[in-house]
Amino acid sequence: MRDVMKHLILSPQGAVGLFILVVAALMVCGGAHIAPYDPESISILARYKAPSAEHWFGTDQLGRDIFSRVMVGARATIVLSLLATLMSMVTGAVIGTASAYLGGKTDEAIMRTMDAVMSIPSLLFALLIVSTLGQSSFNAVLAITIAFVPGMVRIARSVSLAARQQDYVSAAIARGEATHYIILREMLPNIVAPIIVEATIRVAFAIMLFATLSFLGLGAQPPEPEWGLMVSEARAYFFNAPWMMLIPGVAIALVAIGFNLLGDGLRDALNPRSH
Amino acid sequence: MTASYLFKRFMLVIYTLLVVSLLVFGITQLLPADAAVTLLGQNATPQALAVVRARLGLNDPAWLQYWHWLRGVLHGDFGVSMRNGLPVAPTIMAALGRSLLLAVCALLLMLVVAIPLGIWAAVRRGKLADMLVSVLSYVGISFPEFVTATLLLLLFADVWQILPATGYVPLTEDFRGGISHLILPSVTVAMILVAHVSRMVRSEMVDVLQTDYIRAAHLKGLSRRRILWRHALRNGLLPTITIVALDVGYLLGGIVVVEEIFAIPGIGRELIVAVQARDLPTIQAGVLILAATYSIVNFLADLAYVFLDKRISYA
Repeated sequence: MRDVMKHLILSPQGAVGLFILVVAALMVCGGAHIAPYDPESISILARYKAPSAEHWFGTDQLGRDIFSRVMVGARATIVLSLLATLMSMVTGAVIGTASAYLGGKTDEAIMRTMDAVMSIPSLLFALLIVSTLGQSSFNAVLAITIAFVPGMVRIARSVSLAARQQDYVSAAIARGEATHYIILREMLPNIVAPIIVEATIRVAFAIMLFATLSFLGLGAQPPEPEWGLMVSEARAYFFNAPWMMLIPGVAIALVAIGFNLLGDGLRDALNPRSH
Repeated sequence: MTASYLFKRFMLVIYTLLVVSLLVFGITQLLPADAAVTLLGQNATPQALAVVRARLGLNDPAWLQYWHWLRGVLHGDFGVSMRNGLPVAPTIMAALGRSLLLAVCALLLMLVVAIPLGIWAAVRRGKLADMLVSVLSYVGISFPEFVTATLLLLLFADVWQILPATGYVPLTEDFRGGISHLILPSVTVAMILVAHVSRMVRSEMVDVLQTDYIRAAHLKGLSRRRILWRHALRNGLLPTITIVALDVGYLLGGIVVVEEIFAIPGIGRELIVAVQARDLPTIQAGVLILAATYSIVNFLADLAYVFLDKRISYA
């Protein structure tokens, strides 16, 4: 574990990714305390102010302080995307491992069905689910979770296939352990690392997808300070006040870059070939 | 390649479409909205609602409704839009045509940029060029389409004013105008794909350039250019077919967003309007058609791969 961390910090990708995400984590935990203004307080006199010493990132069409909104909005965007990825990771890992363990016809049936589900692009899938459940942050999270499950199943299965051949699994079968015990207690803990690496990269996609859903009016609802929603609201004014959309847009991209870099860094650090 | 592989692969496409149709129908059936109320409005009399329900078959069990819907779809009938009362199929097919034009433009643009970029990075592995491509691909892959699109609009349509902002002009009416309206949407959609595909091309090429047969070609004294173009590219680019085909799913998702932003009347825009209006038949048709496009593209890509790679033969 210490070895992995050392490797991660020494690689340029891992170091930059880690740095971005530490800053993001600070925003998530303390954003509400850092924010100098109330993110939802409206001020008619301070509308469309360009970035200045008073308002670092400027103000929006209602005179709300954008720096405060970005700080507070970090929680909505990042935590909910992490939650969606985590839920899809757990579900996908269980199904994928079970599929690899059971093998044969069951495996074939599960995997072909997952392939079929994957033929619906994840944004469309999310659209479909949100259109059924209604437009809210929670439903967007649920939609992303479901849309991500097949991909996670595929990854978990491919890792588990190798684990399936190991002696400890044969030993558990010989001991007469129950199927669910072997899948959950023997195999899953051994395939966690590669799945977490994949999930890290997935978080970047989840953040982009969540922001996109909010942008389309199908995720977070106004006046929530969600980054995608902020870009969407700023669109009408962006010729005159481009900072209104640039700042939350760049915030989304930066956090996504952070997760992409960390994921790649972790993959290299965990890969024995690259040591 | 044998006929049995072809058959099996084709059956997989059919199975995929069946699962997708079940999913699409099943999820939209869960809609809390009553289709009859959507059609007639909140103030409709109970009698009128009952008549409409009977006409739409809303009182039938779910499986029978699914069967009727599926039978219609197989005959090219996707039902009638709840928003404007027009048949869904012609509307959505016309929209699909416009979307495919955008998709093809974005794909071509992506291939023209991503493949040379990936090869360049692989040949200059570890040098500045490689670093540059890698940084660019991280940036490219992390900007969602809606952010890229608004940035491009700001620069090209407002600051420099060299391209039109939004809208769609049919190519048959005004070719130059049509193309200029397609540039910004295509670039937006292509951006993430370029980032992804160039990385894949790079890693494939790096692997190929380290193989024994390339080393042998070097030892034979062949020129570097000849080795790269005649020996390495063939094998290095083959996996790109599969990667690009899988990315088509992402492309179709991107098109939905881009059409909304650039006001292109394609299938994505149609879908978003349908979702907002809870227009069931249009949602079902749109998702089914896009999923079908994706699985057929992947089917063709698998066939192409087998044709081009002589080492693979499926029993």
